[in-house]
Amino acid sequence: MPEVIIRKLASQYEEIFHEFGPPPARPYRRAAMLAVIENPYAGRYEAEIQPFIDDLRPLGLEMARRLVAIMGGADQVEGYGKGALIGAGGELEHGALWHAPGGYAMREVIGGSKAIVPSAKKVGGVGARLDVPITHINAAYVRSHFDSMEVGLEDAPRAGEMLLALVMSSGARVHSRSGGLEAWQIKGEDGLR
Amino acid sequence: MKAEIRKIAVFVEETHREAGQVIAPATRKAVAVAVIRNPFAGRYVEDLSPLMEIGAELGGLLGERAVAALGIAPGEVESYGKAAMVGEDGELEHAAAILHPKLGAPLRKAVEKGAALVPSSKKMGAPGQVLDVPLGHKDAAYVRSHFDGVELRLNDSPRAGEIMVAVAVTDSGRPLARVGGLEAGDAKGEDGLR
Repeated sequence: MPEVIIRKLASQYEEIFHEFGPPPARPYRRAAMLAVIENPYAGRYEAEIQPFIDDLRPLGLEMARRLVAIMGGADQVEGYGKGALIGAGGELEHGALWHAPGGYAMREVIGGSKAIVPSAKKVGGVGARLDVPITHINAAYVRSHFDSMEVGLEDAPRAGEMLLALVMSSGARVHSRSGGLEAWQIKGEDGLR
Repeated sequence: MKAEIRKIAVFVEETHREAGQVIAPATRKAVAVAVIRNPFAGRYVEDLSPLMEIGAELGGLLGERAVAALGIAPGEVESYGKAAMVGEDGELEHAAAILHPKLGAPLRKAVEKGAALVPSSKKMGAPGQVLDVPLGHKDAAYVRSHFDGVELRLNDSPRAGEIMVAVAVTDSGRPLARVGGLEAGDAKGEDGLR
């Protein structure tokens, strides 16, 4: 099985006090953890790529743990998302390898969240940006928690690399007022409502 | 005048490999940025001293946040830098007023010592624009291994009436520094230069 070769780890953290409206009691926070790794399948078509899913699990857990630490604990996390930027020598499908290890790592570290982890992936060059979607951890329809976080690094992903991202948020958008299912109305059983 | 902060963001980077070589321990940089309301947007104001006070406030706040993000003691900081980007209704001089007169002293407190000039950059920009913060050794400006920079951007900042103010710190120089010059170990750190 190919080893996960990490070139870089990076984090982004934002505290949003207001967006020109009344400041909430606590600022809205979101954070991203990024890893730049070698793409073991870059430069060729490889039919069997699934073994790398298991190889990525320890990295996923490490990233999720760090992200929770940045957020100030698992009880501070109400939204999440994940994404992958695949360098130009790779293939979109390589980014799909991140779904299971990235998503389940966050669920494990947060402690049994119910909702699917939304995701984005694309092939891009060095300096490309990725908008990682964010939704509520227990009920995907909670409208106040729909958000995204733009991530990227100026020197990645190189052609033979992948940039993997996990994102977490602390709650509703800073001036959420667009209706829909509210966090306090959810049942939290089916992951949707 | 206190800074009216809309947003604070902190970015951390660790380089574990470069050009196929393992970097152990990893080199690390952190940059903290505040997005504030520009009290003088849209008009010419002669006296910029309120912005200088804001600079003093942010030098301490952002310096402490960046050091905390690296999880190190203030004395372990090796290099630093500062930068500001003014939204389009402001003036380049607003960035200068925040950065130069008063930001340095509280920043130096946050990193312990800091005999060297804090390298800086400033520009006008729009939301999403890149701000490059220069980095230099905090006690001896000529230490060549620590000349570097760190890029940051926020997709939603600065709005026309805002200013982004950033402070960067590291616990290391470049990952594979090998272009000679004054080495950190040889610096005296008294005059801020060597």
